[in-house]
Amino acid sequence: MSGRISIDEIISKGLEKGEYLIAALDLKKYFPLRRGITDIVLRRRYFVRAVDGVSFAIREGEVFCLVGESGCGKTTTGKTLIGLLPPTAGTIFYRPKEETKEYLSEIGIGPTKGDYYLLNELFKDKRANKIMRRELQIVFQDPYAALDPRHTVLTALEEPLVVHRIGFSREERLEMVFRALEDVKLIPPEDFIDRYPHMLSGGQRQRVCIARALILNPRFVVADEPVSMLDVSIRAEILKLMLELREKRKLTYLFITHDLATARLICNRIAVMYLGKIVELGPTDVVIGNPLHPYTRALVAAIPEPDPNNRLRIRKLDIKGEVPSAINIPPGCRFHPRCPHMFDRCKEAEPPVMEVEPEHYVSCWLYAKE
Amino acid sequence: MALLEVDGLRTYYFTSEGVVKAVDNVSLSLERGESLGLAGESGCGKSTFGYSILRLVPPPGRIVGGKILFDGKDILRLDEESFRKEYRWKRISMVFQGAMNALNPVRRIGDQIVEAILAHDENATEEEAYKRAGDLLELVGIERVRLRSYPHELSGGMKQRVVIAMALALNPDLLIADEPTTALDVVVQAQILNLLKELKNKFKMSLILITHDLSVIAEIADKVAIMYAGKVVEWGTSEQIFENPQHPYTRGLISSVPRLRGKKSLFWIPGQPPDLINPPPGCRFHPRCPYVMERCRREEPPMIEVEPKHYVTCWLYVKK
Repeated sequence: MSGRISIDEIISKGLEKGEYLIAALDLKKYFPLRRGITDIVLRRRYFVRAVDGVSFAIREGEVFCLVGESGCGKTTTGKTLIGLLPPTAGTIFYRPKEETKEYLSEIGIGPTKGDYYLLNELFKDKRANKIMRRELQIVFQDPYAALDPRHTVLTALEEPLVVHRIGFSREERLEMVFRALEDVKLIPPEDFIDRYPHMLSGGQRQRVCIARALILNPRFVVADEPVSMLDVSIRAEILKLMLELREKRKLTYLFITHDLATARLICNRIAVMYLGKIVELGPTDVVIGNPLHPYTRALVAAIPEPDPNNRLRIRKLDIKGEVPSAINIPPGCRFHPRCPHMFDRCKEAEPPVMEVEPEHYVSCWLYAKE
Repeated sequence: MALLEVDGLRTYYFTSEGVVKAVDNVSLSLERGESLGLAGESGCGKSTFGYSILRLVPPPGRIVGGKILFDGKDILRLDEESFRKEYRWKRISMVFQGAMNALNPVRRIGDQIVEAILAHDENATEEEAYKRAGDLLELVGIERVRLRSYPHELSGGMKQRVVIAMALALNPDLLIADEPTTALDVVVQAQILNLLKELKNKFKMSLILITHDLSVIAEIADKVAIMYAGKVVEWGTSEQIFENPQHPYTRGLISSVPRLRGKKSLFWIPGQPPDLINPPPGCRFHPRCPYVMERCRREEPPMIEVEPKHYVTCWLYVKK
């Protein structure tokens, strides 16, 4: 079909060599829509195809970023990856830590491919699912909504320990909570443990959320827009903290954001999503400095910069209109109705995600070799 | 003569916990056809400033002092009825924060725009109002037939355009836009900013853009005012503020904007904004300021003109 190698082939090869911590292959997540009486009679079903076949693999210690506009499926991808939502189709491979492997073999679950376990299967088993919570965690976007207003910081942080029966005594757990708070620089911890969320600033709340995600000592953390609700003036402080914790706790992040400029500051690689698909993937500086997909180009061109000369010109925007609904996804390349370079083939067939230059993947017919 | 001259404006909220001095002695001016960007962290009083100009401060807030001269007339001294009839929406209008989500879901877009026109223009007939509503939609880049659409049939960007159309219904001299692009995606944000620029150029309209995002301000504002804890700490032309910022807070704010090109730096302003019920004595920024001196803790700094039309409120620039 084309002379280029598809991303799925490359990920499969990488899995054989054990290059990744976690890898998703052709991951899909559909949400059924409520049906009206005529739909039921006519047996019609409609789905929001939130994630519609994405493949990517994350290396250990990496900050991997999913970027895209609202509704492109980036949050759903993150939640599906760590088992908060069951996938509709696709496979997720993950390499757990030794102690988790031991536990899994005790309950009779073995690896599927080399060192890798199939997460889809683990999530279906109650005990395996629970042990995976210690490996896979998430920090949510809105620190105002993610904390129970009637729980103190201590209650919020102690709960995961109690649920997972970690720590032999209350004292031991308290000690862990203190250390977790120190790790996120809420110092001295005794000033914070008895506070309720409303007694904390936005930045402090997000630190509590990070501490809560890390208290079970996970290896892989999904950070879903962790700074977008915070004032610009304090965002970098949280990002710096996350990078420090990555070093200290040997974490791997999936960082979800709509803001390419923030992604650029902390991510090693970026995947750009559009309507449930990855359209471009590559090292951060390559994707931002030399975007190839027309959508990525438009996205980069639309980002405002704090340069007063910008006000004297009308910004040239190559793409018109807005993202269509994920219920009626256009046929062929799903970006074609808005694409300035559209040609016949784009309307007919969906372009695969192909390696255009080393480590740089694009899903666009413009780059398909005949 | 400036179109808008705000002098010593004070707007306080009288809450049960104490008096929140949201806007505390703010003076700014704006020429006809000029755009002013008002920036600052959340809770710095920038939205309250906007409400004050429209005399729509929500209770328990109240304007307690100062003057707002609009076209030479102190609009704070007018009674509510004549302000409503002669100024609000006719000469000064506003795109409220989140207004696109406040459109009435069970009424057609056209009816909602017509309502705004008829409420303020006694001479207009319903037929004329409908025609004008259609013209307004075309002006903001939406087809006329959308008059018959309901809000849920429109995308986020289109709803924001409708809200802007409503604000333009009576050809105001001054449009205040409070975070007009915050909930929108970057591509749509760029479309809306282009629209605002075009409208401003076309009608020589003055514009106050209130946002926390300095990049958005750079896209459109001729003048920039930086607010911190209810006060203006720096005020000047866009070039002065972005290329030669003087106040430590302004510098911090500009440095913390993540950029798409150039050096990658993780910069932030340590600490958090003060509680406006008990603001710190002296300069309100002193607990977070890297250049704090003894004097900053005791006395409030005056506003100083450091170069023509560039004002800074900081002790660093007061000559001994």
